[in-house]
Formats: sequence, C-alpha cells, structure tokens
Amino acid sequence: MPLEPFEAVVRRHGPTVLRVCRAVVGPDAADDAWSETFLAALRAYPALPLGSDVEAWLVTIARRKAVDQLRAAARRAVPVAEPPEVPSTTGLPGERDGELWAALAGLPEKQRQTVAYHHLAGLPYAEIAALVGGTPEAARRAAADGIAALRRTYRGAPDDR
Amino acid sequence: MTADLDRLAARLARAADDAGLLDVAFTTVDTPVGPLLLAATGQGLVRVAYAAEDHDAVLQSLADRISPRVLRAPARLDPAVRQLEEYFAGRRRAFDLPLDLRLSAGFRRDVLTRLREVGYGRTASYAALAAAAGSPRAVRAVGTACATNPLPVVVPCHRVVRSDGALGDYVGGVAAKRTLLSLEAAA
Repeated sequence: MPLEPFEAVVRRHGPTVLRVCRAVVGPDAADDAWSETFLAALRAYPALPLGSDVEAWLVTIARRKAVDQLRAAARRAVPVAEPPEVPSTTGLPGERDGELWAALAGLPEKQRQTVAYHHLAGLPYAEIAALVGGTPEAARRAAADGIAALRRTYRGAPDDR
Repeated sequence: MTADLDRLAARLARAADDAGLLDVAFTTVDTPVGPLLLAATGQGLVRVAYAAEDHDAVLQSLADRISPRVLRAPARLDPAVRQLEEYFAGRRRAFDLPLDLRLSAGFRRDVLTRLREVGYGRTASYAALAAAAGSPRAVRAVGTACATNPLPVVVPCHRVVRSDGALGDYVGGVAAKRTLLSLEAAA
C-alpha cells in the first residue's frame, strides 16, 4: 500500500501521540512535544519504508522529543530554598483529567513510561522494552506496579466516581 | 481531544509551511455545486475536485503523484477560496491565481491552455477546441482532456459543449455543468 497523505496519519495517530506526550512530560509541555514529533515525522515521512508500523515509529519519535523536553526543563530549573507558589501544571481547574495527570506525574519514571506506552499508546511489552530498556517482563512489571500505585493515589475523575 | 487535535493540526500545518515541508496544502469549500476540494503546491493551485471524484481518493492520488506531505492548510488556499466565492456570487468573471499544471501533460495540457481562452459566459464545441489545439480530428481526445481536467471550474471545461448544442458530459456531473453555465449566463 502506498504512503497515505500525512493528514490521515495525523488524524489517526495524533490522539495516541498526544496521550503519550501528556503522560511523559505533563499536559503543559505536551503540545510542544506533539508538534515537534509530527514536524520531525513529516520531514522523514516520504522515506518511511512501506509497511512500517507508523504508530510505533511515531511513539519512538515522541519519546525522543519528550526526553529532550524533560532535559531542557531540567536545565532551566534553578534550586531555591522556598519553592514559590505556581499556577497548576496539571491542567485547567475543573478539567476532568487534571488529577490523573498529577497522579501519573507522581510515578517513578519507568512506571510512568510503561503505563503510558502500554495503557495509553497500546504498545505491546516487547516494543516497550525496546523503547525504555530492560526485558519485556520487566516492562510488564513496571506497568503493573504503576497501575497499582495509580489505584492507590488517584480517586478517579468526578463522573467516574 | 478532537478540539485539541484540530488546534494542534492547524499549528502543525503552519510550522510545516514555515519549514518548507508543506508540499501539498488542501482545504474544502462549500459551493452551489457541492463541496470542492482545493489543493495547492508551492507553485500554485494544482487540483480542484468535486465530491463525486471522492476527496479521499483524490488526496491519495496527490500523495502518490506529488508528495505524501499533504496537510489540511487553509491559509495557502485563501485567495482561491475567496475568488471562488466571488465567482459563485456572480461577482468574478476570471480567476487570477497561480496554477500548477503538473498533473496534466502533452495534448491534454495544450487543451487546458486553450480552455482558458474560452471567456466567461461563452461556450465552445469539442470540435472547435480540437481545431484550436491544432488537431481538428482529435475531438474525442479533447473530451478526454476535459474529463481529466485537474482544475475544473477554474480552468473552464464546463464551457465546452457538443456541436449539436447538447451539454455533453462533465467531471462534476451534468447538473453541475448546467449550474455553472446558468450562473455565467445570468451574471
């Protein structure tokens, strides 16, 4: 099958990539990570081998862009004695997913990533292991631990209760 | 999520254009002859398509023949949309747009060039057009050139009719041809 128009790729895989970006870098930086992911993908798209797993390809790019963002944010961070009060970084007040992003952001990195890749992006553990390192079994355990932790810390959006 | 995606996709289209990666921009516009798909390369308007041609299939063919870097990016089509709206309102008689004729070659392209000389509100026969293109016996080939016109409405193949006065076929359907000719006769 020939390459689809890129607009179709954006429409089909855009939501998954956005979920991955939100889970890895949080809702605020997610837009930038998403945009950089799709711009990089658009640049490389004409050379993508036919029959490629487009979603796994995009998630790989998204992970790289998200890591770049986390590194950039870490470089910008300046230690202070007393953290200032800052506006919410977990979405708009009343936005139903805000608490979930906060709970996700509180997970250790490996758990957060494996939960994002498996439960939000729908990747199998073998592919996740290739992305985050370690064995598929370790990825499965990290995701299970992450979900168990979320069950303890996240009480659900108001209309899920 | 849908609103987020629309906003992000629009932002991506702008960034792609700035980065020189927007090989084919497209949008759709509602008209009295149904929704028209408009597509443009950096050189100009490259495709106008009726709904009957199946817009998804047309976009796939643009991806195959020009580049798969195809995005919904209305900004590049703003002048074309504005001029089409003026045309359908009876306020425009000629289109002043850069055209990219790469989807048409050889004799068909010659016919398209001749077509642009058939003025607003007038008609020409397939036979007359064949003669004008230098091949008086190529009447059938003129018909094919019109049927495969990548830029209907803007390149006015709707002004080509049969020598016996019948409307003849049209890429957008005979009803659309009648609508365009009535519009031009009334204005």
